[in-house]
Amino acid sequence: MITKRIIPCLDVRDGQVVKGVNFKELKNISSPVQLAQYYGKCGADELVFYDITASSDGRKIFTDILKETAKNVFIPLTVGGGINTVEDFDWVLKCGADKVSVNSGAIKTPDLIGQAAKRYGDQCVVLSVDVKRVDGVFRVFSKGGRVNTGLDAIEWIKRGVDSGAGEIVLNSIDTDGVKNGFDLEMLQKVCEVAKVPVIASGGAGKIEDFITLFKTLPKVDAGLAASIFHFGEVEITDLKKQMLQNGIPARI
Amino acid sequence: MTAIIDYGVGNLFSLLSSFEKIGENAIITSNETDLINADRIVLPGVGAFSDAAQKLSASGVMDTLLREIKKGKPVLGICLGMQLLFNKSFEYGEHDGLGLIDGEVRPISDYVKDLKIPHMGWNALKFCAPKHPLFKYINEGDFVYFVHSYFATNCNQSLIAFSEYGAQITAAVANKNVMGCQFHPEKSGDVGLNILKSFCEMKEGAL
Repeated sequence: MITKRIIPCLDVRDGQVVKGVNFKELKNISSPVQLAQYYGKCGADELVFYDITASSDGRKIFTDILKETAKNVFIPLTVGGGINTVEDFDWVLKCGADKVSVNSGAIKTPDLIGQAAKRYGDQCVVLSVDVKRVDGVFRVFSKGGRVNTGLDAIEWIKRGVDSGAGEIVLNSIDTDGVKNGFDLEMLQKVCEVAKVPVIASGGAGKIEDFITLFKTLPKVDAGLAASIFHFGEVEITDLKKQMLQNGIPARI
Repeated sequence: MTAIIDYGVGNLFSLLSSFEKIGENAIITSNETDLINADRIVLPGVGAFSDAAQKLSASGVMDTLLREIKKGKPVLGICLGMQLLFNKSFEYGEHDGLGLIDGEVRPISDYVKDLKIPHMGWNALKFCAPKHPLFKYINEGDFVYFVHSYFATNCNQSLIAFSEYGAQITAAVANKNVMGCQFHPEKSGDVGLNILKSFCEMKEGAL
């Protein structure tokens, strides 16, 4: 049986991991390549690189980082941030990415998902959605969670999957950073409409949060987090051990 | 030297890097002389079967590839590259493959209900006895990374490993020097690198 995936997310700006990291073994490492190698060794099932660079210089550095990572880390790599055109897909795939994550780009150009899926296959297109409750309705936010698009999140995700998105990353703005567990209510609603893999993001603060996620919602395929992994609050090897002890399939 | 055939499908950067990582001299090529000089050949592939089959036959290396295979040169098909080794595929119609391994490629959804398609993620390998030399450096139960919606069926003769996903999913096949894996060794961590390492130790005529 397929295992539940654990995915660290690295925000990269001007060639550095944003906020840096702080492991027992690796103090203040900010090189994304080194960090990716570390995660590869300690059992991460996949990596997400998120480019939050605005300048073209930063883009060039990001390209080098991707290539260097793909040369050294042999697990699936998803790349997102500033993906607005099919040419952007082409660019990151040539650098060694396996999947490409679209967010604001798909909101601006809804055709993007379909075009990219047709050229590279559904499995390559990840729809990443930032969602927040507004007056009791799940709404899609863009620009890194700053702008309410007014789109109904469940409808938007359904449309994305129908257009060819092969995977959904659901980031709950409501639980993000709170470290009190994933947004189970929101995830359940999305699992009901998405027939493709769903990755939960936002809210994990400890190992138990992942256990609760996979036990409560068996349809969720993966858990994604950033700082709790970077700062060693959750060690992936410990997390995987506890998943297995709780009867959740995990790769060790 | 290992030749990775470039026939215009998918990106080969990770695959090339994985051979470099294990210290194997590998090249990406669509040149016939390179295939003749190579110690072994990798047939990669992503995308749709019919498109890939057409591109491969239009690439100009087909005759050489088949000749080298006949001579006994080790060949490894990966993902869609493995599927191309079979007699035919039923992905969007019915299409002929290379016919090097008996069996055909069919939609997973014909056999598996209630599970998500594609079969995507890490799954455990179960070996068929006797353990194939490709698995020399790995153990039964080791995990490899899959991404596919179609799989090879009716190939018990050549089956060397499978995974469970609502049904028995063909993971790897071998017919003498012709081998294939449905999963991506170049994305399967150390387990995948170890499979490539054992492939790189294989010699022409030894299988």
